[in-house]
Amino acid sequence: MSQHALVVKDKTLSGFWAYLMTDLVLFATLFATYGVLRNNIANGPSGKDIFDMPFVLVETMLLLTSSFTAGLAMIALHRRQAKTMVMLLLATFALGAGFLGMELYEFNHLVHEGHSWRESAFLSAFFTLVGTHGLHILVGLVWLSVLFGQLIKKGITEHTERRLLLFSMFWHFLDIVWIFIFTFVYLVGVM
Amino acid sequence: MAKTQIHTPMTHTGSITSYIIGFVLSVALTLGAYYLVVNHVLDGTKLLATIVGLAIAQLIVQLIFFLHMNKEAKPRWNLMVFSFMVLVVFIVVIGSIWVMYNLDYNMMPKEELEQHMIHESEKGF
Repeated sequence: MSQHALVVKDKTLSGFWAYLMTDLVLFATLFATYGVLRNNIANGPSGKDIFDMPFVLVETMLLLTSSFTAGLAMIALHRRQAKTMVMLLLATFALGAGFLGMELYEFNHLVHEGHSWRESAFLSAFFTLVGTHGLHILVGLVWLSVLFGQLIKKGITEHTERRLLLFSMFWHFLDIVWIFIFTFVYLVGVM
Repeated sequence: MAKTQIHTPMTHTGSITSYIIGFVLSVALTLGAYYLVVNHVLDGTKLLATIVGLAIAQLIVQLIFFLHMNKEAKPRWNLMVFSFMVLVVFIVVIGSIWVMYNLDYNMMPKEELEQHMIHESEKGF
């Protein structure tokens, strides 16, 4: 890669980091809303009544492992081991999809039990915060699918490499946000 | 050449060992926090402080071992942007909760306020 291309790559990654930081502010406002409204349960259930902790722990482990496999895929990319990289990215996709599936199951279950976002301010804030994270995961999965298409068509080039690095940053970032959802929503909720 | 490559920490691809260390530590911190809460090992404020501490520890672990923030060359722009955002997040989150708590307290209906004061005085000062 030329010196110029490296500088462009550096700038793109720094710019993307700046975007992620603004996304962090979006999550901060949702965390603040949740923190303010978490006790306003309006005769509905509290976190203690509705959170299924072993289920959430499995969900958390799926996302953490997918962040790990995404990181390993970047090492394979760096070493130009295309086969290993694709396997690891497929694992990342599967684990991410598993996480999203579990979250949708949880949401569906809650709505089915009559505990939708309409029931209380607590549930509105809960669905907004956790749902926004889930939406990011969905965007990440779509992004990864597009990257698979580009890899098949173009192989590992300067551009696909940069995009894969951006994706891995996005994915690690979402796992970091989840640490705080796991702690402040679920763990504090059942304390 | 090499210097430009590590200018942005994310361009610096860590070693497999660093990812494994990060992963193992993250799993341990998650399970630790889960165990403490589910088994009620500590009480109230102590438990809250401990799990918040474990979450922050995991944040730092992932920033170092997954995002390689410590590998950034000077000037550390990404780290600066991140630090500023942490400040913003603190002001937004802690500020909102503080302000709204005071609002709730000061706008409490009279009967509720009396109940609240009786409850507080029972706790002792």
